[in-house]
Amino acid sequence: MLILSFVTVFALTLSFILNRQKTLQALKKAAKLLANLFFPFIKVLIIVSLVLMVFNKEMITSLLGEKGGGWGVVVAALVGSLSLIPGFIAFPLASLLLKLGISYMTVAVFLTTLLMVGVVTLPLEIKYFGLRASLLRNALSLGAAVLTGLMIGLVWNIL
Amino acid sequence: MKDFIRKNRLDLGLALAFGIFVLISIILPFPPGISAAKDFVDFFGEFISFIPLMFILVGLFDVWFPKELVERYIGKDAGLKGIFLVILLAMIQAGPLYGAFPVAFLLWKKGCSGRNIFIYLGAFSSFKIPLLTFEISFLGLKFTLLRTLISLPLFILIGFAMEKLLKNADFKVNDPDSINEQGGKR
Repeated sequence: MLILSFVTVFALTLSFILNRQKTLQALKKAAKLLANLFFPFIKVLIIVSLVLMVFNKEMITSLLGEKGGGWGVVVAALVGSLSLIPGFIAFPLASLLLKLGISYMTVAVFLTTLLMVGVVTLPLEIKYFGLRASLLRNALSLGAAVLTGLMIGLVWNIL
Repeated sequence: MKDFIRKNRLDLGLALAFGIFVLISIILPFPPGISAAKDFVDFFGEFISFIPLMFILVGLFDVWFPKELVERYIGKDAGLKGIFLVILLAMIQAGPLYGAFPVAFLLWKKGCSGRNIFIYLGAFSSFKIPLLTFEISFLGLKFTLLRTLISLPLFILIGFAMEKLLKNADFKVNDPDSINEQGGKR
């Protein structure tokens, strides 16, 4: 967040010094983009809040905790793909899961699928990239996320 | 204004329904509904703090970088340098993945290759610097390094795979709200 603010202020100042006209044009574009995308984004946020109401923290913890081993990883991949939890909740949750004794492999699969696969946002993604490309991207990302998680789990104790 | 309401009437309806649901949850009280409202407030805070910044950068990028330039650096024939640049671009941004879709559209419009679009999305989902700092503080440097080093080559592979798989599918990035006169064409 801090880095993004810094980069934006710097770029905006530089642009303003170089060319006022162009900078105004850029700000107009930004405002238009915001106006056009405000409600589609709010819609996603509402849906995510409702999904999280069903899939709450306690439920995720118990789902991953009760089922150890192979099933834990499958459940982690499923929950990670289905939910859309922002980083500021996901990372503390992951560290809590580790403290509860859930394996690195399970937690890693949960986190990587969470970051890379988005089932809730799929309708929005399809609008941009089309059905085929969106499904392909999510399927390939799911594979890559699970593979990453499994590998983290496998090498964790060696390193 | 009328146009705006007409275009967004479904989303406005949903927002209104959600508002009523929250109100009822508070009156009853229905704790899960109240916690959903709290989550929504959190998400909205995140959204409103990063999206305007992202869009200002998108606007600046749009006016300052001509198509020919972008095409040369991250287009079809940009090679390794192009891959490196889109990953770098993704790393300095912030926010959830859906915020990257409008950026992907702009990159596409300016001539970015399909392969690099998907590498960009992959890098955006996983290697944003704000995300990495958060990850290091909660899960440690070892975990973060492992995850980054293992998934980076996979993302580049996904980019190449997507390019191959979509070769004959007439792939394009669309602009769902026709923000730009050119639409999805380029």
